[in-house]
Amino acid sequence: MNLEKADHDNGVVLRVEDIHKTYGKNEILKGVSFHIKKGETIVIIGASGSGKSTLLRCINQLTIPEKGRIWLEGEEVTHHMKEISHFRQRIGMVFQDFNLFDHLCAVRNVEIGLIKVKKMDKKQAREIAMEELRRVGLERQANQYPAQLSGGQKQRVSIARALAMNPTVMLFDEPTSALDPELIGEVLEVMRDLAMGGMTMVVVTHEMGFARSVANEIIFIEGGKILDQGTPHKLFTNPEHERTRQFICKIDELYGKTEK
Amino acid sequence: MVGKNILLIYQSIPFLLRGLVVTIGLVGGALGLGFILGIPMAIGQVYGNKYISGLISIYVWFFRGLPVLVLLFLFYFGLFILFNLNLSEFTSAVLVLGLISAAYQSQIFRGSIKSIGEGQMLAAISLGIKKYDAILSIILPQALRISIPGWSNEYAILLKDSAIAYAIGVMEVLTRAQFVATRTYKPLPIFFISAIIFIILTYGGVKLLALLEKKVRIPGYGEER
Ligand SMILES: Nc1ncnc2c1ncn2[C@@H]1O[C@H](COP(=O)(O)OP(=O)(O)O)[C@@H](O)[C@H]1O
Ligand SMILES: [Mg+2]
Repeated sequence: MNLEKADHDNGVVLRVEDIHKTYGKNEILKGVSFHIKKGETIVIIGASGSGKSTLLRCINQLTIPEKGRIWLEGEEVTHHMKEISHFRQRIGMVFQDFNLFDHLCAVRNVEIGLIKVKKMDKKQAREIAMEELRRVGLERQANQYPAQLSGGQKQRVSIARALAMNPTVMLFDEPTSALDPELIGEVLEVMRDLAMGGMTMVVVTHEMGFARSVANEIIFIEGGKILDQGTPHKLFTNPEHERTRQFICKIDELYGKTEK
Repeated sequence: MVGKNILLIYQSIPFLLRGLVVTIGLVGGALGLGFILGIPMAIGQVYGNKYISGLISIYVWFFRGLPVLVLLFLFYFGLFILFNLNLSEFTSAVLVLGLISAAYQSQIFRGSIKSIGEGQMLAAISLGIKKYDAILSIILPQALRISIPGWSNEYAILLKDSAIAYAIGVMEVLTRAQFVATRTYKPLPIFFISAIIFIILTYGGVKLLALLEKKVRIPGYGEER
């Protein structure tokens, strides 16, 4: 099987194959496989502790899986661990808790990757960083420090920080879960714009309104495996497993009424 | 009697002030050495493998576990001679105080580094920033800021500990005070002046560090509540 060529021809940007991850005695991921094509958005749902964050972290090797392979645009990430930094640059990541660099103002948060990793000169990095801040609607907050920003603004800065690296694919790990309800909308809007603009995205979220309107595919993880996957329409109306239906019904209860 | 005391105090001030320079040299040198060693030790303890962090723990345990005077004698009369190092009293005192301070400073920095939380490190790595680069340009700038109050404490303690260099004859403030006191049989005024010198140094340094803390404070940080 020549996946490299096949992926290239089919526009597959990211391929995850048979990922296994164990912490201590707990096998968290028991063989997860999926792939995503250019410009698609996949939403991952699943109960708390089901391994969604672990899966995202395995993709850019923040966590090293025991078994399994990852391809990015036909190149095997898990085969080139010495150059892992080159792959990480191309995989943008947005965290639940923002993880902004607290001692740097917004624009410096966004440009630091360009300066440290891409070795770009400061002036050019600043221009790109300002452009990314504009894209998330925060150019006026460029000189503010994380502690001076609202949660929604922090998350938008962190999205801009990831975008500045010009990634091939973006991973979002519950980007709105730490936000007050009234701040969720502004972040989802930025993400929706990104998806419309053709960004390839893997999003862990329980914002079903977002999933319904943006996702090409929803993946439901349970017991360390993908239990169900398909278009939003299929998962909402006709899932393979009764368990999926139960979970989706419970989401509103578990995570609060979500934006439609 | 009073007039004679005042004269004595007056005459001995330049002599004591030269001791002040020595004391500042001792404290500055030891703090500097402690800083240069303490930072990599803290990094090694937090990010190093178990052998590195184990080794550093032993170092810290040793230097924090023994009285300053015991360490000073152990090195000055023991190890430095054993290894044929021809060190002056001053250099010896700076080295020993610096090695001790490194143990304490490493723990101050370690605490600060750990308080930052791993999220920022993950974010840096996810951008493709190398780990050592993330430590230097993201973790340390924050850890150092957080460390200033603890560091200020360490300065005050080290300043007072530096008087122990008297025991090996370093001509710092206390040694000189003792010198004047035994020659004039008037210990009280001289030790009184020495005490004032130490107090000024302590609070002057602490004040300066508090100013520094304010100057480098991250805007918006810790303002709420
Ligand atoms: N670094 C770790 N060490 C040990 N256990 C971990 C670690 N990270 C996550 N886990 C465990 O793995 C399971 C899945 O975690 P996670 O991927 O964060 O789930 P989710 O994001 O779906 O809520 C949880 O039981 C969690 O306690
Ligand atoms: Mg999670």
